[in-house]
Amino acid sequence: MPDPAMLRAIRKTAQEVHERILARRKPSLRFPLRSLQNVRYRPSVGFFELLGKTKERTLTVGTVKTFAQTLRMMALSKNLVETDDIATKREAYYVSKNWGEARFDEQPESDQVMEDIEALFRVNREQIGFIPEEKGGEVAGRLTVLDKDRDSGKTLRIDCTRFGSGAYSIPISVEDLGFQTDAQFILAIETAGMFQRLVKHNYWKKANCILVSMGGVPTRACRRFIRRLSDEKKIPVYVFVDCDPYGIANIYRTLKVGSGNAAHVNEFFCVPKATFLGITPQDILDYKLPTHPLKDVDLKRAADAVKNDPFIQHHQAWQDAFSLLVKMGVRAEQQALAKHGLNYVIEEYLPRKLAHPERFLP
Amino acid sequence: MLRGRGVRPGPARLRFGGERHRGRGGAGGTVPSVAREGGVEVLAKKNPGKIEQLSLMGDAAPPVPPTASRRRPRREGRKTPATGKSGLQLPVMGPVELSGGKPPVSPSDLPVSPPGPPASPPVPQPEAEPRTAATGAARVGRRADGPRRATAEAMAARQREISVAEFFTKNRHLLGFDNPAKALLTTVKEAVDNALDACEEAGILPDIEVAIVQVNGDDRYRVAVRDNGPGIVKAQIPKIFGKLLYGSKFHSFRQARGQQGIGISAAGMYGQLTTGRPMTIISRTGKGKPAFRVTLRIDTQKNQPETLSDDPIEWEFDHGTQVEIELAAVYRRGTRSVEEYLQQVAIANPHARIVYHPPVGQGEAVVYERVTEELPPEPKEMKPHPYGVELGMLLKMLLSTKSRTVRAALVQDFSRVSPRVAEEICALAGIRPDARANRLAPEEVEALHKAMQQVKLLAPPTACVVPIGEELLRRGLESRFRGEFFTSATRPPAVYRGNPFVVEVGLAYGGDIPADEPCEVMRFANRVPLQYQKGACAITEAVIDVAWRNYGLQQPRGSLPIAPMVLAVHVASVWVPFTSESKEAIAHYPEILRELKLALQECGRRVSLFLSARRRAIDAGKKRAYIQKYIPHISGALRDILGYGEAKERETIECLEYVLERSRLEGLKAVEDAIASTETDGGGAAGEEASDA
Repeated sequence: MPDPAMLRAIRKTAQEVHERILARRKPSLRFPLRSLQNVRYRPSVGFFELLGKTKERTLTVGTVKTFAQTLRMMALSKNLVETDDIATKREAYYVSKNWGEARFDEQPESDQVMEDIEALFRVNREQIGFIPEEKGGEVAGRLTVLDKDRDSGKTLRIDCTRFGSGAYSIPISVEDLGFQTDAQFILAIETAGMFQRLVKHNYWKKANCILVSMGGVPTRACRRFIRRLSDEKKIPVYVFVDCDPYGIANIYRTLKVGSGNAAHVNEFFCVPKATFLGITPQDILDYKLPTHPLKDVDLKRAADAVKNDPFIQHHQAWQDAFSLLVKMGVRAEQQALAKHGLNYVIEEYLPRKLAHPERFLP
Repeated sequence: MLRGRGVRPGPARLRFGGERHRGRGGAGGTVPSVAREGGVEVLAKKNPGKIEQLSLMGDAAPPVPPTASRRRPRREGRKTPATGKSGLQLPVMGPVELSGGKPPVSPSDLPVSPPGPPASPPVPQPEAEPRTAATGAARVGRRADGPRRATAEAMAARQREISVAEFFTKNRHLLGFDNPAKALLTTVKEAVDNALDACEEAGILPDIEVAIVQVNGDDRYRVAVRDNGPGIVKAQIPKIFGKLLYGSKFHSFRQARGQQGIGISAAGMYGQLTTGRPMTIISRTGKGKPAFRVTLRIDTQKNQPETLSDDPIEWEFDHGTQVEIELAAVYRRGTRSVEEYLQQVAIANPHARIVYHPPVGQGEAVVYERVTEELPPEPKEMKPHPYGVELGMLLKMLLSTKSRTVRAALVQDFSRVSPRVAEEICALAGIRPDARANRLAPEEVEALHKAMQQVKLLAPPTACVVPIGEELLRRGLESRFRGEFFTSATRPPAVYRGNPFVVEVGLAYGGDIPADEPCEVMRFANRVPLQYQKGACAITEAVIDVAWRNYGLQQPRGSLPIAPMVLAVHVASVWVPFTSESKEAIAHYPEILRELKLALQECGRRVSLFLSARRRAIDAGKKRAYIQKYIPHISGALRDILGYGEAKERETIECLEYVLERSRLEGLKAVEDAIASTETDGGGAAGEEASDA
């Protein structure tokens, strides 16, 4: 359905630019700067909030191309909204090939411009007609998802216990979904391998939980899904990832407080109440897990997180955890628990951890 | 080679004063007579087409140096080796006084002409030269203990004073007549210098016309130079043109073109020597007065003029002087040519108008118009400064001083000496201040001289030195060269060894000036262009020493920068120090080199600003073209969103282009302002770079 507010907003911005031009003044567009340097973290609020820095695009050698591209993409966006159509990011990139000099040479350029427009209007990309490519994550366990049939409008009940060894794929838009569950908690898992093992052994039955496979850094849809589910049903979220700087600072952190890149929309797309189950650096010691040495890229990531990430900086516990990890100089995967037995994770590790959720890292 | 911009003048107003200038006849075609004096003969050959030479005969006399182009065959038998004793003579000169009181040559410095075998072969002629008995004896070598050739008395009988004129004939290179091409240039130079001086002294804006015609084949030319000066009183004409070292500029401590008065009479004498033709001078001192044409030659032995005719004539000009000299010469074009010389004269004298008519077939006639209607201020005469006075000069000054006591002489005759300072000098020298000035013993004068160098004194006053000025120098360059950028810098007056001097540099860059050749350096001393000995000159050294690479120019190590650049460098002083008597290269005093470099660096900084501004302008142009590509997309996207029509879209595009152009111009202006502010700063400050758009 075309969103008149959105259309009005796009038109208003374009009008402002046009009026400046006709007044023979230099036109420009200002976008909020979406980076860790321009966010703050308050635990009371729980997510990365955008601060005031902006970037400008105008008639200079450095920015005129993206200025033109931005306007072109806004025009595309207006068309999508007007016609209630969608375009994937990739499709938008191909549409730009019509724009002559102003076309995008690479996909990332197109993505950037799109996100800038999102940020400019403070909306999620779906509202301006664009949809992402990435898979949204998978769900299995004690959950019934209520969706609507496209043609008939009737409610669809999707039982996530009935997928056998498969799972329910989180759709791109989760806003209109309903939930029914009696699970005790949600377990968000990094690797597909670990998710598979838990599903195969019906762990969700044993622990009475909902399993969500993030598949790496969780997409917005995945984060939104988990957030809505946990908020609505008031169930905690525990995160289970590899023990390395990327697993902690990228995957966990993004799920918990959002990212610099999505700072303009973080509010709804993160789970501030999530806590960190494992693998912790302490676990490596406690469970004597087989490890691999930290590579340069890992060390760099760790140092960067400690120095620049407002979330990590805020929590002393995380600072300590990082220094311990760096001191040990090693990392461990969640699947390393297999050393002690393939199902050690199900029989020993998870139950032991879940006995004391209050000890989880923030 | 200079690329000048001369303008074609109308037909020549200058007419050669002689009735005919080809072959014999007319005034002044007579053969100089043979004179005999004291066993020495003066012989001149009558043969208008060939180069002639005077020869002094007798083996007691120094032989004549052979002329540049031809050598006469040596006479058989004259194989006497040069001996150190017999025949050696130091030419004795009369008291030679040169301007500034500093004889460039003291008697002991005179070059000694080696005796050698008398290499002057007589020309086979009916008039055979008599030979002395001694000559015959000289044919055979003699043993060391054999009978002497001559006694001291006999030698004494042959020794005599050699006149200045005779000296000149042996030492033409000292005065600029070494070779035929240079001789032509020197002749023009002397005449033009005189013309400029006369006009300036009389307060007249100089209008100078120079014409050269070829006479009788390849190597003979007639030079005529006319000016609109005050003219010369008829009675003075013979003295000025026919007598060497006669002039009003000696003893004057102020900036002057020629630092000696030999000039035009030497040129006349050279002409006479090489062609046998006399000089012709036309002059008129005012409208109501008659114009006279005087032909004269120089009696070289007596250093006296010989007027051959002086008649009143009809002349179209109200006042002025015209000099004509016929001489053996070679006409050159390009570097060190008359053309180039006159072009440089025009630059150094922006108040003068110069018209030049080259010989037929050697190019078009050229006019260099003046770029200012104002005469330069007259340099004031100053008294010598103690630091700059040499011992011999001090001696002379004390001997001829009007003051009674030493103290008074010091105070009156020198600059920057107060009574207290005079007493200090005397005390230091151990001389009573009230001693009689003209009765000091030589040792006392020496002590005084030493004391004068040691005492602390103020720098000399600088009103005696008058530079061309930055603006006129620049305008002069602008009218002669098609360049893109012009600048100039005049340093404040400085001092070397008690002599005030001023250095100025004018610079022209870019445009039509060739870019792949070393830059051209025009050198001037007291507004006179220097044409020779470029390599030995302090100016050249200073230009090479400056690190032009810092200003964005290419410069191979140890040489001139390679750039489309012309430099005009002027050193003005009461006494410009030269490296040799030919006065073609300036001496390398550290104070002078320092000032030269500072002025050059100042101009270099400005060129560098210009170049970076130009680069920025080019960059700005490129940027503009780049940004312009996206204007249609901006306006097209807006049109998509807002839905307006084609007319509005065109208007949008037009507005965008306007905004783009305006920001480009603003960027350029910021840069220009930056350059302008460094120029008014008075140099020394490097310009700030304007920020990019």
